[in-house]
Amino acid sequence: MKRSPRDAQESTRTITRRTLLLGVGQAAIVAGLALRMRQMQVVEAGQYRLLSDKNRINIRLIPPARGLIFDRQGVLLAGNEQNYSVDIVREDAGDVPAVLQRLAQIVPITPEEIARTIRDVHRHSPFVPVTVSDRLNWDELSRVAVNGPALPGVSPAVGLSRTYPLSDVLAHVVGYVGPVSEADLKNIPNPDPLLQIPKFEIGKIGLEAKMDDALRGKAGLKRIEVNSLGRVMRELDRQPSQPGENIQLTIDARLQDFAMARLAGESAAAVAIDVQTGDVLASASAPSFNPNLFVRGISSKDYNAYRNNDHRPLVNKAVQGIYPPGSTFKIVTALAALNSGALKPTDKIYCPGYIDVGGRRFHCWNHAGHGWLDVEGAITQSCDVFFYEAGQRAGIDTIGKMARHMGLGERHDLPMSSISSGLVPSREWKKQRYRQDWQIGDTINASIGQGFVLASPLQLAVMVARLGSGKMVRPRLVKSVNGVEVPIVPAADIGIGGAFVNSVRRGIWGVVNGPRGTAHNAKIADATMTLVGKTGTSQVRNITAADRAAGLTGGDKVPWAERDHALFVCYAPFDKPKVAVSVIVEHGGADHGAAPMARDIMLFALTGGLPPLSAYPAGDRKTIEAQQKALQLYDFTTPPTTRTRA
Amino acid sequence: MSYLEYNVKTVPTGLRKVLYINWALVFLLAAVAGSGFLMLYSVAGGSFRPWAEPQMIRFVVGLVIMFTFAFIPPWIWRSSSGAAYVIALLLLVLVDVAGSRNMGAQRWLNLGFMRLQPSELAKITLVMLLAAYYDWLDVKKVSRPLWVLVPIVLILIPTALVMKQPDLGTAILLLLGGGVVMFAAGVSLWYFAGVGALGTGLVSAVMMSRGTKWQLLKDYQYKRIDIFLDPGSDPLGAGYHIMQAKIALGSGGWTGRGFLQGTQSRLNFLPEKHTDFIFTSLGEEFGFIGTITLLTLYALIIAFCLHSAMNNKDRFASLLTLGVATTFFFYFAVNMGMVMGLAPVVGVPLPLVSYGGSAMLVLMGAFGMVQSAHIHRPRGRI
Repeated sequence: MKRSPRDAQESTRTITRRTLLLGVGQAAIVAGLALRMRQMQVVEAGQYRLLSDKNRINIRLIPPARGLIFDRQGVLLAGNEQNYSVDIVREDAGDVPAVLQRLAQIVPITPEEIARTIRDVHRHSPFVPVTVSDRLNWDELSRVAVNGPALPGVSPAVGLSRTYPLSDVLAHVVGYVGPVSEADLKNIPNPDPLLQIPKFEIGKIGLEAKMDDALRGKAGLKRIEVNSLGRVMRELDRQPSQPGENIQLTIDARLQDFAMARLAGESAAAVAIDVQTGDVLASASAPSFNPNLFVRGISSKDYNAYRNNDHRPLVNKAVQGIYPPGSTFKIVTALAALNSGALKPTDKIYCPGYIDVGGRRFHCWNHAGHGWLDVEGAITQSCDVFFYEAGQRAGIDTIGKMARHMGLGERHDLPMSSISSGLVPSREWKKQRYRQDWQIGDTINASIGQGFVLASPLQLAVMVARLGSGKMVRPRLVKSVNGVEVPIVPAADIGIGGAFVNSVRRGIWGVVNGPRGTAHNAKIADATMTLVGKTGTSQVRNITAADRAAGLTGGDKVPWAERDHALFVCYAPFDKPKVAVSVIVEHGGADHGAAPMARDIMLFALTGGLPPLSAYPAGDRKTIEAQQKALQLYDFTTPPTTRTRA
Repeated sequence: MSYLEYNVKTVPTGLRKVLYINWALVFLLAAVAGSGFLMLYSVAGGSFRPWAEPQMIRFVVGLVIMFTFAFIPPWIWRSSSGAAYVIALLLLVLVDVAGSRNMGAQRWLNLGFMRLQPSELAKITLVMLLAAYYDWLDVKKVSRPLWVLVPIVLILIPTALVMKQPDLGTAILLLLGGGVVMFAAGVSLWYFAGVGALGTGLVSAVMMSRGTKWQLLKDYQYKRIDIFLDPGSDPLGAGYHIMQAKIALGSGGWTGRGFLQGTQSRLNFLPEKHTDFIFTSLGEEFGFIGTITLLTLYALIIAFCLHSAMNNKDRFASLLTLGVATTFFFYFAVNMGMVMGLAPVVGVPLPLVSYGGSAMLVLMGAFGMVQSAHIHRPRGRI
């Protein structure tokens, strides 16, 4: 559409008129702004200059002391230690590299620290102090203070740093803190202004990370007076920081330490929980690492040593490690078959040493066969064929349901890092994961805890705790926060027929105490602390017919990394259960080194100290005594020095 | 459409376009940006990092964008204005969706190489679309209620979206920028008088309702108004920043404390000293001479644009030029008013001076379109 010349002229005239109006309006506003500038900068300048010169009051953040972590008896697990550091302020230093070179001649600073400092000062505003080194001692700090005039912008500082007095004993549970990183800030929505303080310590892993908000505390403020160069003259007032909350764990540090010492040398994990309250008394994963190395940044040499260790010290095997539960899973299969009515407690099944299903032959571990067995005897002797049959009768759906009911396949909610949910397989899961239908062979494997089933030591401890107490015990890790007890939620009844539970309990009584049991080496002689439990072996590699012929069935004759895992789950005392323990020794072989470890941990937990020799069968006492002497335990009688809050 | 009325052969082509660029405007923009580099260098404590250097790179990129846009004739800008408006709206919605996932007021999208603030883009695309609308609309219909309603809706959609972020400053700039294009296009003054009366009525209703049962705003919102009216009432809270900003400006005096000598910014009393409050550092270090010079540079930019708009017979081109110029005007007027205590603190940057990529690139692109209108202006009848 073409506009008529009259319209076009009209349009141009309107725009010109209105533009002139706009121009006048804008000119008026500009004039107003100019007048305001003149008013402020010329007329009232003196008054503002005065205010500016008096304006020497600055507000700084005071970092709070991080909350302490204790064990259930009050043993300090994570504290704060005074540390001496030197900071540098870019705008005061001027030539930062030159000042750092001079500083390096006075106190030991590595070239890496210098490079990192130069990088850091340019990342922050010029007036933000950046820590050069925080590994100084008092002497070195004094030297920096004395040489102050030659080191512009450099100031010594005293701060608090995290320390873990028990070193590696609880490293996996408590975790560690480290300086806040760019990546941390990105992951935190609405970060606390505190986190902007360079090298502020925040929880990186474990409880330190999971409960960081509670442990961190609230920043305080101080008003300081500075001179015209920005140097701090004096502090005017301060609003103190609010320390983080102190957290008491359900862990018993002495028991934990004993468990760690008992597992030493192996790649193993042990979990002990109170069967009534679910309190996690110990959660040990061996070998461990020294969290103190991580607080100020671990050297790549130390880190690689951890990384390259085939016993994987950085992994928390107690909650993160998942293993085929092996024969310990027979507890679940038995309960599933009994509770669903597929199997009666008195039903007997014949074990000829193998079973043929779907054209495949499944062997019992005892090739000679166990003969006729009821469920109690089958558990005691850990007969595979019995459970192949019981598992088929119950079906995978019933077994899966019972496994979840007993706490397997569930990610137990504890403030720890990388808690694994394990795996309770189902038809849908296999369809989705492998695009294959569930086979009867899968049920048979699952019935004895092989195949797809995976569980962590924590889950196995929960399973046996639920069996022992007959309640739906849930594990918990935090006992009190700032002295206020976390209430214990009473556990519901397990909801399985008492006769069924009792026959399984009698079955595992026989494992340890009966004539045909598979774990006599875990027997406790003291009748007030009778231990009952179930052994398990999980295959790490498939056993071929040739291996079987050669006798290579996962025992000591194959290389370490190919040996079977040894498992043991137990609770005690039999008549009045208090504590449940699960132990896994990776590649422990078939000799069930797991069972004696579990027994010792159990005795320590029940007696509250080094187990008395009288609790052991007479024949074992000499070896136990020697073993106890060899254990390297912490001395808990002397308090950790200088590890109080400042 | 409107170009059909003119002899397009008189429009310069190819490299001849370079001769017709408004070089004075280019020089003024560079001078303003240059003072920005100087201040960013200063507030970083005499360092090109972290602000001055990236800002310089962005200005160079902005210049490239401006010259590229300048060579593209305005009729292409006109026909793409609808699409540009829709894209800006989509980005605003996207930032809303992405923002809700990340909590807080998120106003930018991460493009990898830069963070784009769609709200900056929306200001210019709104002006583009309104200019195209009035170019298309019959001049006689401009003041008819139905045809007045259309641009009002076009203005209110992006305004509502940025209010949700929440970004009051941008919302005000959108309202003002859109209103000015309507004004220039010749919409009857009665409408503006009506809006003015309505606004006054609303403000008095809001203020009078305070403390009564039918109070229209939340208590904290009234508190903000109090602080604006009297910063001294909250010297350690929000009022603290305004007080410190005024002290910095005022203490500059005639000639200022000298480059890199401003104590207010060096001792970290100033908030947002590299973005919204950068003008106060300029005032502190270069005094009244510095601030009045920058104001003059800005005023000259506006004057050149208004002059170009008045002499452009193409309706789209002159409305676009006016719209861009006025948006730019409101940027610096609101920002300066804010730091001098004449307007509430709403978060508007000082254009081309404050640190920030989106505003810089979008404004340079907008001035590219202004140059395009200037170069390709009709020079004779058929």
